[in-house]
Amino acid sequence: MGNPIISLEGIGKTFKVAKRAAGVRQAAKALFYRKHTFVEALKDISFTIREGEIAGYIGPNGAGKSTTIKVMCGILVPDEGDCKVMGYTPWKSRTAYVGNIGVVFGQRSQLWWDVPVIDSFELLRDIYKVPDTRYRKNLSMLTETLALADLIHVPVRQLSLGQRMRCEIAASLLHDPRILFLDEPTIGLDAASKIAVRQFIKTIHKEKGITVILTTHDMNDIEALAERILMIGKGSLLYDGSLDELRRRFGSSRTLTVDYRDCLRPVDIPGAVRHSWSPQQAVYTFDSAQISLTGVISQLSEQAEILDVAVDSKSVDELILQLYKEHQI
Amino acid sequence: MKMYLSVGKLRFVTGLQYRTAAFAGILTQLFFGFVFIMVYVAFYNRSGAQLPMTLQEVVTYIWLQQMFLGLIALYFRDPDIFQLITGGNIAYELCRPCGLYGFWFAKLLATRVSGVVLRCFPLLVAVLLLPNPYGISLPPSITAFLLFLLSLLLGLLIVCAISLLIYISIFWTMSPTGSTLMVATAGEFLAGMILPIPLMPVWMQKLANSLPFRWTVDFPFRVYTGHIAAAEALEGLMIQLFWLALLTGLGLLLINRALRRVVVQGG
Repeated sequence: MGNPIISLEGIGKTFKVAKRAAGVRQAAKALFYRKHTFVEALKDISFTIREGEIAGYIGPNGAGKSTTIKVMCGILVPDEGDCKVMGYTPWKSRTAYVGNIGVVFGQRSQLWWDVPVIDSFELLRDIYKVPDTRYRKNLSMLTETLALADLIHVPVRQLSLGQRMRCEIAASLLHDPRILFLDEPTIGLDAASKIAVRQFIKTIHKEKGITVILTTHDMNDIEALAERILMIGKGSLLYDGSLDELRRRFGSSRTLTVDYRDCLRPVDIPGAVRHSWSPQQAVYTFDSAQISLTGVISQLSEQAEILDVAVDSKSVDELILQLYKEHQI
Repeated sequence: MKMYLSVGKLRFVTGLQYRTAAFAGILTQLFFGFVFIMVYVAFYNRSGAQLPMTLQEVVTYIWLQQMFLGLIALYFRDPDIFQLITGGNIAYELCRPCGLYGFWFAKLLATRVSGVVLRCFPLLVAVLLLPNPYGISLPPSITAFLLFLLSLLLGLLIVCAISLLIYISIFWTMSPTGSTLMVATAGEFLAGMILPIPLMPVWMQKLANSLPFRWTVDFPFRVYTGHIAAAEALEGLMIQLFWLALLTGLGLLLINRALRRVVVQGG
Protein backbone atom coordinates (compact mmCIF):
# COMPACT_ATOMS: atom_id res chain seq x y z
CA MET A 1 0.00 0.00 0.00
CA GLY A 2 1.30 3.41 -0.95
CA ASN A 3 1.57 6.77 0.73
CA PRO A 4 -1.44 8.69 1.97
CA ILE A 5 -3.02 10.39 -1.03
CA ILE A 6 -6.19 11.80 0.54
CA SER A 7 -6.50 13.04 4.08
CA LEU A 8 -9.47 14.71 5.70
CA GLU A 9 -9.20 16.42 9.07
CA GLY A 10 -12.32 17.40 10.97
CA ILE A 11 -14.36 18.32 7.91
CA GLY A 12 -17.73 19.88 8.71
CA LYS A 13 -20.41 21.28 6.43
CA THR A 14 -23.78 22.74 7.26
CA PHE A 15 -26.57 23.51 4.79
CA LYS A 16 -29.26 26.07 5.35
CA VAL A 17 -32.64 24.71 4.31
CA ALA A 18 -35.79 26.78 3.89
CA LYS A 19 -38.79 25.06 5.40
CA ARG A 20 -42.49 25.51 5.17
CA ALA A 21 -45.57 23.41 5.70
CA ALA A 22 -47.83 22.44 2.83
CA GLY A 23 -50.69 24.60 1.62
CA VAL A 24 -51.43 27.97 0.13
CA ARG A 25 -51.61 29.78 3.44
CA GLN A 26 -48.22 28.57 4.51
CA ALA A 27 -46.80 29.44 1.12
CA ALA A 28 -48.20 32.97 1.40
CA LYS A 29 -46.77 33.27 4.89
CA ALA A 30 -43.40 32.18 3.57
CA LEU A 31 -43.40 35.19 1.27
CA PHE A 32 -42.83 37.40 4.27
CA TYR A 33 -41.23 35.19 6.78
CA ARG A 34 -39.13 32.18 6.10
CA LYS A 35 -38.07 29.57 8.54
CA HIS A 36 -34.67 28.09 8.05
CA THR A 37 -33.22 25.05 9.60
CA PHE A 38 -29.61 24.11 9.53
CA VAL A 39 -28.73 20.61 8.48
CA GLU A 40 -25.35 19.36 9.54
CA ALA A 41 -24.40 17.32 6.49
CA LEU A 42 -20.92 16.50 7.76
CA LYS A 43 -19.63 16.51 11.32
CA ASP A 44 -15.96 16.20 12.07
CA ILE A 45 -15.10 13.74 9.32
CA SER A 46 -11.49 12.54 9.35
CA PHE A 47 -9.87 9.74 7.42
CA THR A 48 -6.89 8.94 5.27
CA ILE A 49 -6.81 7.02 2.02
CA ARG A 50 -3.58 5.57 0.72
CA GLU A 51 -2.48 5.51 -2.85
CA GLY A 52 -3.77 2.46 -4.72
CA GLU A 53 -6.58 1.69 -2.30
CA ILE A 54 -10.17 0.97 -3.27
CA ALA A 55 -12.38 2.40 -0.57
CA GLY A 56 -16.12 1.85 -0.42
CA TYR A 57 -18.01 4.72 1.10
CA ILE A 58 -21.37 3.61 2.36
CA GLY A 59 -24.28 4.90 4.39
CA PRO A 60 -28.01 5.41 4.12
CA ASN A 61 -29.52 8.08 1.86
CA GLY A 62 -28.75 11.58 3.05
CA ALA A 63 -25.91 10.43 5.28
CA GLY A 64 -23.36 12.73 3.65
CA LYS A 65 -21.61 10.44 1.19
CA SER A 66 -22.03 12.63 -1.85
CA THR A 67 -21.25 15.74 0.15
CA THR A 68 -17.93 14.23 1.22
CA ILE A 69 -17.15 13.26 -2.37
CA LYS A 70 -17.96 16.80 -3.51
CA VAL A 71 -15.68 18.26 -0.88
CA MET A 72 -12.86 15.96 -2.00
CA CYS A 73 -13.47 16.95 -5.64
CA GLY A 74 -13.26 20.64 -4.86
CA ILE A 75 -16.89 21.32 -5.74
CA LEU A 76 -18.11 22.19 -2.27
CA VAL A 77 -16.33 24.34 0.24
CA PRO A 78 -16.59 22.88 3.76
CA ASP A 79 -17.32 25.16 6.71
CA GLU A 80 -14.53 23.76 8.80
CA GLY A 81 -11.68 21.30 8.74
CA ASP A 82 -8.92 20.61 6.32
CA CYS A 83 -8.63 18.34 3.34
CA LYS A 84 -5.51 17.53 1.39
CA VAL A 85 -5.60 15.49 -1.78
CA MET A 86 -2.27 14.89 -3.50
CA GLY A 87 -0.97 17.92 -1.65
CA TYR A 88 -3.76 20.21 -2.88
CA THR A 89 -6.58 21.73 -0.90
CA PRO A 90 -9.27 20.88 -3.45
CA TRP A 91 -11.51 23.96 -3.19
CA LYS A 92 -8.59 26.37 -2.99
CA SER A 93 -6.65 25.25 -6.03
CA ARG A 94 -9.57 23.72 -7.85
CA THR A 95 -8.49 24.20 -11.45
CA ALA A 96 -4.95 22.97 -10.85
CA TYR A 97 -6.14 20.03 -8.81
CA VAL A 98 -9.06 18.56 -10.78
CA GLY A 99 -6.85 17.62 -13.72
CA ASN A 100 -5.58 14.79 -11.53
CA ILE A 101 -8.91 13.23 -10.70
CA GLY A 102 -11.69 11.51 -12.59
CA VAL A 103 -15.26 11.73 -11.38
CA VAL A 104 -18.44 9.86 -12.22
CA PHE A 105 -21.74 10.89 -10.69
CA GLY A 106 -24.06 7.97 -11.38
CA GLN A 107 -27.16 10.14 -11.36
CA ARG A 108 -25.84 12.78 -13.73
CA SER A 109 -24.32 12.83 -17.16
CA GLN A 110 -21.15 14.48 -18.34
CA LEU A 111 -21.73 13.55 -21.97
CA TRP A 112 -23.39 15.92 -24.41
CA TRP A 113 -26.87 14.65 -24.91
CA ASP A 114 -27.45 15.35 -28.60
CA VAL A 115 -24.13 14.43 -30.17
CA PRO A 116 -22.23 11.15 -30.53
CA VAL A 117 -20.19 10.05 -27.53
CA ILE A 118 -16.92 10.50 -29.37
CA ASP A 119 -17.58 14.25 -29.65
CA SER A 120 -17.81 14.52 -25.89
CA PHE A 121 -14.61 12.51 -25.57
CA GLU A 122 -12.79 14.85 -27.90
CA LEU A 123 -14.02 17.86 -25.99
CA LEU A 124 -12.73 16.31 -22.77
CA ARG A 125 -9.40 15.66 -24.49
CA ASP A 126 -9.13 19.37 -25.23
CA ILE A 127 -10.36 20.43 -21.81
CA TYR A 128 -7.79 18.26 -20.05
CA LYS A 129 -5.15 18.98 -22.69
CA VAL A 130 -4.41 15.28 -23.20
CA PRO A 131 -1.67 14.80 -25.80
CA ASP A 132 -2.94 13.16 -28.95
CA THR A 133 -0.91 9.95 -28.72
CA ARG A 134 -1.89 9.38 -25.11
CA TYR A 135 -5.53 10.13 -25.90
CA ARG A 136 -5.57 7.58 -28.68
CA LYS A 137 -3.89 4.98 -26.51
CA ASN A 138 -6.31 5.52 -23.65
CA LEU A 139 -9.29 5.58 -25.98
CA SER A 140 -8.41 2.28 -27.59
CA MET A 141 -7.74 0.71 -24.20
CA LEU A 142 -11.07 1.96 -22.82
CA THR A 143 -12.95 1.02 -25.98
CA GLU A 144 -11.63 -2.47 -25.72
CA THR A 145 -12.09 -3.13 -22.02
CA LEU A 146 -15.51 -1.50 -21.81
CA ALA A 147 -16.69 -2.81 -25.22
CA LEU A 148 -17.51 0.66 -26.51
CA ALA A 149 -16.66 0.19 -30.17
CA ASP A 150 -20.29 0.15 -31.27
CA LEU A 151 -21.36 2.89 -28.92
CA ILE A 152 -19.06 5.83 -29.40
CA HIS A 153 -20.55 6.96 -32.70
CA VAL A 154 -24.11 6.89 -31.39
CA PRO A 155 -25.74 10.04 -29.97
CA VAL A 156 -25.91 9.80 -26.20
CA ARG A 157 -29.69 10.12 -26.05
CA GLN A 158 -30.01 6.82 -27.94
CA LEU A 159 -27.92 4.80 -25.48
CA SER A 160 -29.37 2.63 -22.76
CA LEU A 161 -28.46 3.48 -19.18
CA GLY A 162 -25.95 0.64 -18.96
CA GLN A 163 -24.29 1.64 -22.21
CA ARG A 164 -24.22 5.26 -21.15
CA MET A 165 -22.70 4.46 -17.79
CA ARG A 166 -19.86 2.59 -19.49
CA CYS A 167 -19.25 5.66 -21.62
CA GLU A 168 -19.42 7.91 -18.56
CA ILE A 169 -16.76 5.86 -16.83
CA ALA A 170 -14.59 5.92 -19.93
CA ALA A 171 -15.03 9.70 -20.12
CA SER A 172 -13.69 10.09 -16.60
CA LEU A 173 -10.52 8.14 -17.39
CA LEU A 174 -9.38 9.69 -20.67
CA HIS A 175 -6.88 11.95 -18.92
CA ASP A 176 -5.18 9.28 -16.77
CA PRO A 177 -6.40 10.48 -13.39
CA ARG A 178 -4.62 9.18 -10.31
CA ILE A 179 -7.80 9.12 -8.27
CA LEU A 180 -11.20 8.02 -9.48
CA PHE A 181 -14.30 9.12 -7.57
CA LEU A 182 -17.36 7.04 -8.36
CA ASP A 183 -20.57 8.31 -6.84
CA GLU A 184 -23.10 5.48 -7.21
CA PRO A 185 -21.76 4.19 -10.53
CA THR A 186 -24.07 1.17 -10.58
CA ILE A 187 -27.32 2.94 -9.72
CA GLY A 188 -30.18 1.71 -11.88
CA LEU A 189 -28.10 -0.82 -13.81
CA ASP A 190 -29.12 -4.41 -14.49
CA ALA A 191 -27.11 -7.33 -13.15
CA ALA A 192 -25.02 -7.78 -16.29
CA SER A 193 -24.06 -4.11 -16.52
CA LYS A 194 -23.24 -4.00 -12.83
CA ILE A 195 -20.89 -6.92 -13.20
CA ALA A 196 -19.29 -5.33 -16.27
CA VAL A 197 -18.73 -2.08 -14.39
CA ARG A 198 -17.25 -3.87 -11.38
CA GLN A 199 -15.02 -5.98 -13.54
CA PHE A 200 -13.77 -2.90 -15.30
CA ILE A 201 -13.05 -1.03 -12.08
CA LYS A 202 -11.06 -4.01 -10.89
CA THR A 203 -9.08 -4.15 -14.12
CA ILE A 204 -8.27 -0.47 -14.21
CA HIS A 205 -7.26 -0.54 -10.55
CA LYS A 206 -4.94 -3.45 -11.12
CA GLU A 207 -3.38 -2.19 -14.33
CA LYS A 208 -2.98 1.47 -13.53
CA GLY A 209 -2.81 1.36 -9.75
CA ILE A 210 -5.43 4.06 -9.62
CA THR A 211 -6.96 4.97 -6.26
CA VAL A 212 -10.73 4.46 -6.25
CA ILE A 213 -13.31 5.97 -3.91
CA LEU A 214 -16.70 4.47 -4.48
CA THR A 215 -20.10 5.20 -2.98
CA THR A 216 -22.88 2.72 -3.44
CA HIS A 217 -25.98 1.20 -1.96
CA ASP A 218 -25.31 -2.12 -3.58
CA MET A 219 -23.39 -4.28 -1.15
CA ASN A 220 -22.35 -6.57 -3.98
CA ASP A 221 -20.29 -3.65 -5.30
CA ILE A 222 -18.60 -3.42 -1.94
CA GLU A 223 -18.04 -7.13 -1.70
CA ALA A 224 -16.59 -7.33 -5.20
CA LEU A 225 -14.42 -4.24 -5.01
CA ALA A 226 -13.71 -2.63 -1.70
CA GLU A 227 -10.88 -3.72 0.52
CA ARG A 228 -11.84 -1.02 2.91
CA ILE A 229 -15.19 0.32 4.04
CA LEU A 230 -15.92 3.76 5.39
CA MET A 231 -19.40 4.07 6.79
CA ILE A 232 -21.07 7.38 7.38
CA GLY A 233 -24.40 8.05 9.04
CA LYS A 234 -26.03 11.36 9.90
CA GLY A 235 -22.84 13.14 8.93
CA SER A 236 -20.45 11.24 11.18
CA LEU A 237 -17.97 8.56 10.30
CA LEU A 238 -19.12 5.39 12.05
CA TYR A 239 -16.89 2.65 10.77
CA ASP A 240 -13.54 2.54 9.06
CA GLY A 241 -12.03 -0.84 8.42
CA SER A 242 -11.94 -3.86 6.19
CA LEU A 243 -14.91 -5.94 5.18
CA ASP A 244 -13.30 -8.98 6.81
CA GLU A 245 -13.05 -7.19 10.11
CA LEU A 246 -16.71 -6.26 9.86
CA ARG A 247 -17.50 -9.91 9.25
CA ARG A 248 -15.46 -10.91 12.26
CA ARG A 249 -17.23 -8.38 14.40
CA PHE A 250 -20.77 -9.17 13.44
CA GLY A 251 -20.57 -12.07 11.12
CA SER A 252 -19.95 -15.06 13.38
CA SER A 253 -23.62 -15.99 13.29
CA ARG A 254 -24.48 -18.95 11.03
CA THR A 255 -27.73 -20.39 9.83
CA LEU A 256 -27.88 -24.14 9.39
CA THR A 257 -30.63 -25.85 7.44
CA VAL A 258 -30.73 -29.65 7.78
CA ASP A 259 -32.76 -32.19 5.84
CA TYR A 260 -33.08 -35.64 7.38
CA ARG A 261 -34.99 -38.88 7.02
CA ASP A 262 -38.23 -38.77 8.96
CA CYS A 263 -37.57 -37.93 12.57
CA LEU A 264 -40.53 -37.71 14.85
CA ARG A 265 -39.35 -35.36 17.56
CA PRO A 266 -37.41 -32.12 17.43
CA VAL A 267 -33.74 -32.20 18.32
CA ASP A 268 -32.34 -29.62 20.77
CA ILE A 269 -28.71 -28.66 20.51
CA PRO A 270 -27.10 -26.70 23.35
CA GLY A 271 -25.71 -23.38 22.07
CA ALA A 272 -27.90 -23.30 18.97
CA VAL A 273 -31.35 -21.83 18.53
CA ARG A 274 -33.94 -23.85 16.66
CA HIS A 275 -36.14 -21.73 14.45
CA SER A 276 -38.32 -24.28 12.74
CA TRP A 277 -38.89 -27.94 12.78
CA SER A 278 -40.72 -30.49 10.68
CA PRO A 279 -40.28 -34.26 10.39
CA GLN A 280 -38.08 -33.63 7.33
CA GLN A 281 -36.27 -30.33 7.96
CA ALA A 282 -35.03 -28.04 10.74
CA VAL A 283 -33.35 -24.61 10.80
CA TYR A 284 -30.90 -23.58 13.50
CA THR A 285 -28.81 -20.50 14.10
CA PHE A 286 -25.67 -20.49 16.20
CA ASP A 287 -22.63 -18.38 16.88
CA SER A 288 -19.63 -19.94 15.21
CA ALA A 289 -17.34 -18.25 17.71
CA GLN A 290 -19.07 -20.12 20.57
CA ILE A 291 -19.76 -23.52 19.08
CA SER A 292 -18.20 -25.18 16.07
CA LEU A 293 -20.12 -26.29 13.01
CA THR A 294 -18.83 -29.83 13.25
CA GLY A 295 -20.03 -29.96 16.86
CA VAL A 296 -23.54 -28.99 15.82
CA ILE A 297 -23.63 -31.47 12.98
CA SER A 298 -22.25 -34.35 14.97
CA GLN A 299 -24.85 -33.81 17.71
CA LEU A 300 -27.52 -33.76 15.05
CA SER A 301 -26.31 -36.90 13.34
CA GLU A 302 -26.55 -38.79 16.61
CA GLN A 303 -30.28 -38.23 16.64
CA ALA A 304 -31.27 -38.28 12.97
CA GLU A 305 -30.12 -39.56 9.64
CA ILE A 306 -28.92 -36.43 7.87
CA LEU A 307 -29.58 -36.14 4.15
CA ASP A 308 -28.40 -32.62 3.40
CA VAL A 309 -27.04 -29.55 5.18
CA ALA A 310 -26.77 -25.93 4.08
CA VAL A 311 -24.81 -23.29 6.01
CA ASP A 312 -25.33 -19.57 5.44
CA SER A 313 -23.41 -16.74 6.94
CA LYS A 314 -24.85 -13.23 7.10
CA SER A 315 -24.87 -11.28 3.88
CA VAL A 316 -23.04 -7.99 3.74
CA ASP A 317 -26.42 -6.30 3.55
CA GLU A 318 -27.36 -7.74 6.90
CA LEU A 319 -24.02 -6.79 8.40
CA ILE A 320 -24.50 -3.22 7.30
CA LEU A 321 -28.04 -3.14 8.63
CA GLN A 322 -26.68 -4.36 11.91
CA LEU A 323 -24.11 -1.58 11.88
CA TYR A 324 -26.86 0.95 11.18
CA LYS A 325 -28.84 -0.48 14.07
CA GLU A 326 -25.90 -0.33 16.38
CA HIS A 327 -25.50 3.37 15.63
CA GLN A 328 -29.23 3.98 15.54
CA ILE A 329 -29.36 5.53 12.11
CA MET B 1 -7.62 28.35 -25.99
CA LYS B 2 -8.06 25.07 -27.83
CA MET B 3 -10.58 24.08 -25.21
CA TYR B 4 -12.72 27.15 -25.86
CA LEU B 5 -12.62 26.51 -29.59
CA SER B 6 -13.51 22.91 -28.98
CA VAL B 7 -16.50 23.63 -26.77
CA GLY B 8 -17.58 26.27 -29.24
CA LYS B 9 -17.28 23.83 -32.11
CA LEU B 10 -19.33 21.18 -30.37
CA ARG B 11 -22.00 23.71 -29.49
CA PHE B 12 -21.96 24.98 -33.03
CA VAL B 13 -22.40 21.48 -34.47
CA THR B 14 -25.25 20.82 -32.05
CA GLY B 15 -26.92 24.07 -33.07
CA LEU B 16 -26.67 23.25 -36.76
CA GLN B 17 -28.84 20.20 -36.24
CA TYR B 18 -31.95 22.33 -35.91
CA ARG B 19 -32.67 23.04 -39.56
CA THR B 20 -36.43 23.30 -39.24
CA ALA B 21 -36.09 25.82 -36.45
CA ALA B 22 -33.82 27.88 -38.67
CA PHE B 23 -36.29 27.78 -41.54
CA ALA B 24 -39.18 28.77 -39.28
CA GLY B 25 -37.00 31.53 -37.86
CA ILE B 26 -36.35 32.97 -41.30
CA LEU B 27 -40.06 33.22 -42.02
CA THR B 28 -40.82 34.75 -38.63
CA GLN B 29 -38.10 37.31 -39.02
CA LEU B 30 -39.25 38.26 -42.51
CA PHE B 31 -42.77 38.69 -41.16
CA PHE B 32 -41.69 40.87 -38.25
CA GLY B 33 -39.39 42.88 -40.48
CA PHE B 34 -42.29 43.68 -42.80
CA VAL B 35 -44.61 44.63 -39.96
CA PHE B 36 -42.07 47.01 -38.45
CA ILE B 37 -41.23 48.55 -41.81
CA MET B 38 -44.87 49.12 -42.70
CA VAL B 39 -45.37 50.96 -39.41
CA TYR B 40 -42.34 53.14 -40.14
CA VAL B 41 -43.43 53.78 -43.74
CA ALA B 42 -46.81 55.02 -42.49
CA PHE B 43 -45.13 57.09 -39.82
CA TYR B 44 -42.64 58.69 -42.23
CA ASN B 45 -45.35 59.43 -44.85
CA ARG B 46 -47.54 61.27 -42.38
CA SER B 47 -44.86 63.09 -40.42
CA GLY B 48 -43.99 66.59 -41.55
CA ALA B 49 -41.12 67.05 -39.12
CA GLN B 50 -37.45 66.67 -39.94
CA LEU B 51 -36.58 63.20 -38.60
CA PRO B 52 -33.10 62.28 -37.34
CA MET B 53 -32.90 59.15 -39.52
CA THR B 54 -34.03 58.64 -43.11
CA LEU B 55 -36.57 55.94 -43.89
CA GLN B 56 -33.91 54.10 -45.88
CA GLU B 57 -31.64 54.02 -42.83
CA VAL B 58 -34.44 52.78 -40.60
CA VAL B 59 -35.39 50.01 -43.03
CA THR B 60 -31.79 48.82 -43.25
CA TYR B 61 -31.56 49.00 -39.46
CA ILE B 62 -34.62 46.78 -39.12
CA TRP B 63 -33.39 44.16 -41.56
CA LEU B 64 -29.98 43.99 -39.87
CA GLN B 65 -31.75 43.57 -36.58
CA GLN B 66 -33.82 40.69 -37.97
CA MET B 67 -30.82 39.04 -39.61
CA PHE B 68 -28.62 39.17 -36.53
CA LEU B 69 -31.40 38.73 -33.97
CA GLY B 70 -29.78 35.62 -32.53
CA LEU B 71 -26.53 37.44 -31.92
CA ILE B 72 -27.90 40.44 -30.13
CA ALA B 73 -31.27 39.54 -28.61
CA LEU B 74 -30.98 39.53 -24.84
CA TYR B 75 -34.02 37.35 -24.28
CA PHE B 76 -32.39 34.37 -25.99
CA ARG B 77 -31.43 32.12 -23.22
CA ASP B 78 -29.46 29.00 -23.09
CA PRO B 79 -31.48 26.44 -21.12
CA ASP B 80 -28.38 24.30 -20.63
CA ILE B 81 -26.58 26.64 -18.34
CA PHE B 82 -29.47 27.34 -16.04
CA GLN B 83 -30.27 23.65 -15.87
CA LEU B 84 -26.66 23.08 -14.91
CA ILE B 85 -27.16 25.35 -11.93
CA THR B 86 -30.69 24.47 -10.86
CA GLY B 87 -30.35 20.77 -11.67
CA GLY B 88 -26.98 20.29 -10.05
CA ASN B 89 -25.02 19.19 -13.09
CA ILE B 90 -22.67 22.04 -12.29
CA ALA B 91 -20.90 19.38 -10.23
CA TYR B 92 -19.35 18.08 -13.44
CA GLU B 93 -18.49 21.55 -14.72
CA LEU B 94 -16.57 22.16 -11.52
CA CYS B 95 -14.54 18.99 -12.00
CA ARG B 96 -12.92 20.42 -15.11
CA PRO B 97 -9.54 22.08 -14.94
CA CYS B 98 -10.74 25.39 -16.32
CA GLY B 99 -12.46 28.55 -15.24
CA LEU B 100 -16.21 28.36 -15.43
CA TYR B 101 -16.61 31.86 -16.78
CA GLY B 102 -14.59 31.35 -19.93
CA PHE B 103 -16.14 27.94 -20.46
CA TRP B 104 -19.68 29.28 -20.30
CA PHE B 105 -18.79 32.32 -22.33
CA ALA B 106 -17.57 30.07 -25.13
CA LYS B 107 -20.77 28.04 -24.92
CA LEU B 108 -23.01 31.10 -25.13
CA LEU B 109 -21.02 32.59 -27.95
CA ALA B 110 -21.19 29.41 -30.01
CA THR B 111 -24.91 28.96 -29.41
CA ARG B 112 -25.59 32.45 -30.67
CA VAL B 113 -23.32 32.15 -33.69
CA SER B 114 -24.65 28.75 -34.72
CA GLY B 115 -28.21 30.03 -34.44
CA VAL B 116 -27.49 32.95 -36.73
CA VAL B 117 -25.25 31.33 -39.35
CA LEU B 118 -28.08 29.24 -40.76
CA ARG B 119 -30.51 32.16 -40.85
CA CYS B 120 -28.69 35.31 -41.82
CA PHE B 121 -27.58 34.38 -45.35
CA PRO B 122 -30.93 33.28 -46.80
CA LEU B 123 -32.48 36.30 -45.12
CA LEU B 124 -29.84 38.58 -46.60
CA VAL B 125 -30.55 37.32 -50.11
CA ALA B 126 -34.29 37.80 -49.58
CA VAL B 127 -34.07 41.36 -48.32
CA LEU B 128 -31.54 42.38 -50.97
CA LEU B 129 -34.10 41.45 -53.64
CA LEU B 130 -36.96 43.40 -52.10
CA PRO B 131 -38.14 46.55 -53.94
CA ASN B 132 -37.90 50.04 -52.49
CA PRO B 133 -38.61 51.13 -49.80
CA TYR B 134 -38.64 47.64 -48.31
CA GLY B 135 -35.18 46.43 -49.35
CA ILE B 136 -31.92 46.67 -47.41
CA SER B 137 -29.33 49.15 -48.64
CA LEU B 138 -25.61 48.47 -48.91
CA PRO B 139 -23.22 50.24 -46.56
CA PRO B 140 -21.93 53.56 -47.93
CA SER B 141 -18.28 52.47 -47.88
CA ILE B 142 -15.96 49.54 -47.23
CA THR B 143 -14.74 51.33 -44.11
CA ALA B 144 -18.26 51.57 -42.76
CA PHE B 145 -18.75 47.87 -43.44
CA LEU B 146 -15.53 46.83 -41.71
CA LEU B 147 -16.29 49.05 -38.74
CA PHE B 148 -19.74 47.49 -38.64
CA LEU B 149 -18.31 43.97 -38.49
CA LEU B 150 -15.98 44.96 -35.68
CA SER B 151 -18.71 46.72 -33.71
CA LEU B 152 -21.12 43.81 -34.21
CA LEU B 153 -18.50 41.42 -32.86
CA LEU B 154 -17.87 43.58 -29.80
CA GLY B 155 -21.62 43.99 -29.39
CA LEU B 156 -22.01 40.21 -29.42
CA LEU B 157 -19.35 39.86 -26.74
CA ILE B 158 -21.12 42.48 -24.62
CA VAL B 159 -24.43 40.63 -25.01
CA CYS B 160 -22.76 37.41 -23.87
CA ALA B 161 -21.26 39.18 -20.87
CA ILE B 162 -24.68 40.57 -19.91
CA SER B 163 -26.33 37.15 -20.39
CA LEU B 164 -23.70 35.56 -18.20
CA LEU B 165 -24.50 38.04 -15.45
CA ILE B 166 -28.11 36.87 -15.71
CA TYR B 167 -26.99 33.25 -15.44
CA ILE B 168 -24.78 34.00 -12.49
CA SER B 169 -27.76 35.58 -10.74
CA ILE B 170 -29.44 32.15 -10.86
CA PHE B 171 -27.03 30.98 -8.17
CA TRP B 172 -28.99 33.24 -5.84
CA THR B 173 -32.47 33.26 -7.36
CA MET B 174 -32.66 29.64 -8.62
CA SER B 175 -34.84 30.75 -11.51
CA PRO B 176 -33.89 32.54 -14.69
CA THR B 177 -37.36 33.89 -15.35
CA GLY B 178 -37.26 37.05 -13.27
CA SER B 179 -33.81 38.27 -14.11
CA THR B 180 -34.13 37.42 -17.80
CA LEU B 181 -37.48 39.15 -18.04
CA MET B 182 -36.35 42.30 -16.29
CA VAL B 183 -33.02 42.68 -17.96
CA ALA B 184 -34.24 41.54 -21.35
CA THR B 185 -37.28 43.79 -21.51
CA ALA B 186 -35.61 46.94 -20.25
CA GLY B 187 -32.34 46.08 -21.95
CA GLU B 188 -33.82 45.47 -25.39
CA PHE B 189 -35.74 48.70 -25.34
CA LEU B 190 -32.67 50.64 -24.28
CA ALA B 191 -30.62 48.76 -26.85
CA GLY B 192 -32.76 50.14 -29.65
CA MET B 193 -34.53 46.91 -30.55
CA ILE B 194 -37.96 48.54 -30.58
CA LEU B 195 -36.98 52.01 -31.65
CA PRO B 196 -33.63 53.23 -32.95
CA ILE B 197 -32.04 55.46 -30.31
CA PRO B 198 -32.10 58.70 -32.42
CA LEU B 199 -35.89 58.45 -32.68
CA MET B 200 -36.26 58.42 -28.89
CA PRO B 201 -36.96 61.55 -26.81
CA VAL B 202 -33.81 63.28 -25.65
CA TRP B 203 -34.08 62.27 -21.99
CA MET B 204 -34.40 58.63 -23.00
CA GLN B 205 -31.43 58.93 -25.32
CA LYS B 206 -29.41 60.17 -22.35
CA LEU B 207 -30.47 57.17 -20.31
CA ALA B 208 -29.66 54.78 -23.16
CA ASN B 209 -26.26 56.39 -23.62
CA SER B 210 -25.31 55.81 -20.01
CA LEU B 211 -26.00 52.06 -20.19
CA PRO B 212 -24.24 49.26 -22.08
CA PHE B 213 -27.26 48.05 -24.06
CA ARG B 214 -27.26 50.48 -26.97
CA TRP B 215 -23.72 49.43 -27.86
CA THR B 216 -25.02 45.98 -28.79
CA VAL B 217 -27.73 46.93 -31.28
CA ASP B 218 -28.14 50.58 -32.09
CA PHE B 219 -24.46 51.31 -32.48
CA PRO B 220 -23.34 48.56 -34.92
CA PHE B 221 -26.39 48.95 -37.14
CA ARG B 222 -26.06 52.70 -37.44
CA VAL B 223 -22.37 52.25 -38.20
CA TYR B 224 -23.47 50.05 -41.11
CA THR B 225 -25.84 52.64 -42.51
CA GLY B 226 -23.25 55.36 -42.16
CA HIS B 227 -25.51 57.28 -39.81
CA ILE B 228 -22.60 57.10 -37.41
CA ALA B 229 -19.53 58.33 -39.25
CA ALA B 230 -16.15 56.60 -39.13
CA ALA B 231 -14.52 58.94 -36.60
CA GLU B 232 -17.44 58.66 -34.21
CA ALA B 233 -17.52 54.91 -34.78
CA LEU B 234 -13.90 54.55 -33.65
CA GLU B 235 -14.76 56.38 -30.47
CA GLY B 236 -17.75 54.05 -30.04
CA LEU B 237 -15.52 50.99 -30.39
CA MET B 238 -13.48 52.27 -27.45
CA ILE B 239 -16.64 52.64 -25.40
CA GLN B 240 -17.66 49.11 -26.36
CA LEU B 241 -14.27 47.83 -25.15
CA PHE B 242 -14.75 49.70 -21.90
CA TRP B 243 -18.15 48.13 -21.29
CA LEU B 244 -16.87 44.69 -22.24
CA ALA B 245 -14.02 44.95 -19.74
CA LEU B 246 -16.33 46.22 -17.03
CA LEU B 247 -19.02 43.57 -17.55
CA THR B 248 -16.63 40.62 -17.81
CA GLY B 249 -14.75 41.87 -14.75
CA LEU B 250 -17.99 42.04 -12.80
CA GLY B 251 -19.01 38.60 -14.06
CA LEU B 252 -15.72 37.04 -12.97
CA LEU B 253 -15.98 38.64 -9.55
CA LEU B 254 -19.55 37.45 -9.03
CA ILE B 255 -19.02 33.93 -10.31
CA ASN B 256 -16.13 33.44 -7.92
CA ARG B 257 -18.30 34.66 -5.09
CA ALA B 258 -21.14 32.37 -6.21
CA LEU B 259 -18.89 29.31 -6.37
CA ARG B 260 -17.76 29.83 -2.82
CA ARG B 261 -21.30 29.31 -1.67
CA VAL B 262 -22.39 26.85 -4.33
CA VAL B 263 -24.85 24.16 -3.36
CA VAL B 264 -25.16 21.23 -5.70
CA GLN B 265 -28.91 20.89 -6.12
CA GLY B 266 -30.49 17.47 -6.10
CA GLY B 267 -27.84 15.60 -4.07
